[in-house]
Amino acid sequence: MNLVGSFFGSSIGRKIIMALTGVILIGFVVVHLVGNLQIFQHPDQINGYAQFLHQLGPLLWVARIGLIAAALLHIWAATVLTLENKRARGGDYAFKHTIQATFASRAMRWTGVVVLAFLIYHLAHFTFGVVQTETFKDTPPLNHYLMQNDYRVAGFTVVKAGADVANVHSMVILGFQHKAVAVFYIVAVGLLSLHLLHGFNSLFQSLGLRNAKWSGLLHKAALALCVVYFLGNLAIPGAVLTGKLRPQTAKVAAPAQR
Amino acid sequence: MVAASTPPSLSVTLRVWRQAGPKTLGQFKDYAAKDLNPNMSFLEMLDVVNDGLTIKGEEPIAFAHDCREGICGTCSLTINGKPHGPGRAIATCQTYLRSFRDGDIIVVEPFRAAAFPLVKDLVVDRTSFDQIMQAGGFITARAGSAPEANGLPIAKGVADLAMDAAQCIGCGACVAACKNASAMLFVSAKVGHLGLLPQGQAERDRRVLAMVHTMDEAGFGSCTNQYECSAACPKTISHDFIARLNRDYLGATLRRAFQPEAATTDGGGA
Repeated sequence: MNLVGSFFGSSIGRKIIMALTGVILIGFVVVHLVGNLQIFQHPDQINGYAQFLHQLGPLLWVARIGLIAAALLHIWAATVLTLENKRARGGDYAFKHTIQATFASRAMRWTGVVVLAFLIYHLAHFTFGVVQTETFKDTPPLNHYLMQNDYRVAGFTVVKAGADVANVHSMVILGFQHKAVAVFYIVAVGLLSLHLLHGFNSLFQSLGLRNAKWSGLLHKAALALCVVYFLGNLAIPGAVLTGKLRPQTAKVAAPAQR
Repeated sequence: MVAASTPPSLSVTLRVWRQAGPKTLGQFKDYAAKDLNPNMSFLEMLDVVNDGLTIKGEEPIAFAHDCREGICGTCSLTINGKPHGPGRAIATCQTYLRSFRDGDIIVVEPFRAAAFPLVKDLVVDRTSFDQIMQAGGFITARAGSAPEANGLPIAKGVADLAMDAAQCIGCGACVAACKNASAMLFVSAKVGHLGLLPQGQAERDRRVLAMVHTMDEAGFGSCTNQYECSAACPKTISHDFIARLNRDYLGATLRRAFQPEAATTDGGGA
């Protein structure tokens, strides 16, 4: 069998695909969260950051296509393996018993499905502006924000002061002022954290990089990652719901009058 | 020292899966097992119940058993949802009635896996394990007289680990306990056992690829890293061997993909 056939055609190969795409997706959600936390700084930060990402142009598309491919492969492997696993059991046990499998591990399939539903809403909300259109970054007045200071990445100015950029800061806050939306986000990232808890542990096993000697430390690291990830994600809608984060309307209106 | 008195007897209700054959529908049937000695093994209790059924002219319960000392891997049964019953590191034949309480209802099912088709009642066909072994669970070695004991040096730690893996008795409890009916623990033990030892090196890559391929073909599920297998294993084989199998499989796949092909198979020349 050739290399592609070995990975896509065998059970262990599919698990390796699952693990490797999982690594990419974990990397993405962590970086995404770190970027989002800039919302707690001056609006220049997250607006400049969003503008910077858009300026990447073709590079942004390379990243997007890579992420879409990783997500699709992850979902494909999960679906195929799940169907095979159901078939492998044949008739179910009348007396169902779990010896020690964790709740997170047994919930992977439905936490995965909820996270997918969340992902679709999230893209429709903040990327395409199909839902909650009135507070989308391309909808006036949120399509104008005047940068007050330079936005720097690694010491280089990537967005200059005075640049007219989209107001992502206000979009996010106005979006989360819908209580149901904010609660859905919190629940979804909670389930995603649970998904990551088993996923992070599991990917090391699938890649053959785990044993009893360090599985304890690995589990603690996974738990810490998931708790910090959840709290970081909880902070944004949480701060909007409790009124700690408010949109800065005065600065939104100013450049629109130019 | 002899016990002062015989332990109090106990009575249980067995809810047993009865199925006349692979093509017929099965169902649970209750049997009252009364006045049992708590020091009987689970299989001895089934013998007693079967004696009663035979006397009444009913079909006895079919179940697999052989050595009755935990080393052959023949006995199976899922007792209250757990292969080999409630204990740890024991087979069904080493499960004693003292593990249960008087008046318990005990659900007894066969190992359920598509790759272990049911033969009758509690007996399943584990030929798929034999097929996996035939695919690579051996070394192609000269079968002469025993070699000099220390002719082939093996580090103590490696020998110990290989012996841990070699303890696998091929009972199939890992498959029965796994939520996905995966045979990964069994295959990893066999691949690990031979792959750790110098005698197994020559065929190491071929072995892991062939055994995993045969495992997939037989219709076993895949590993979701929940480790129900090692928890149910009567020989407590560690799921660390599964990580090792994954590593071996990945390495063998890459090595095979980029290996140049031999021009001839007749030993060169021409």
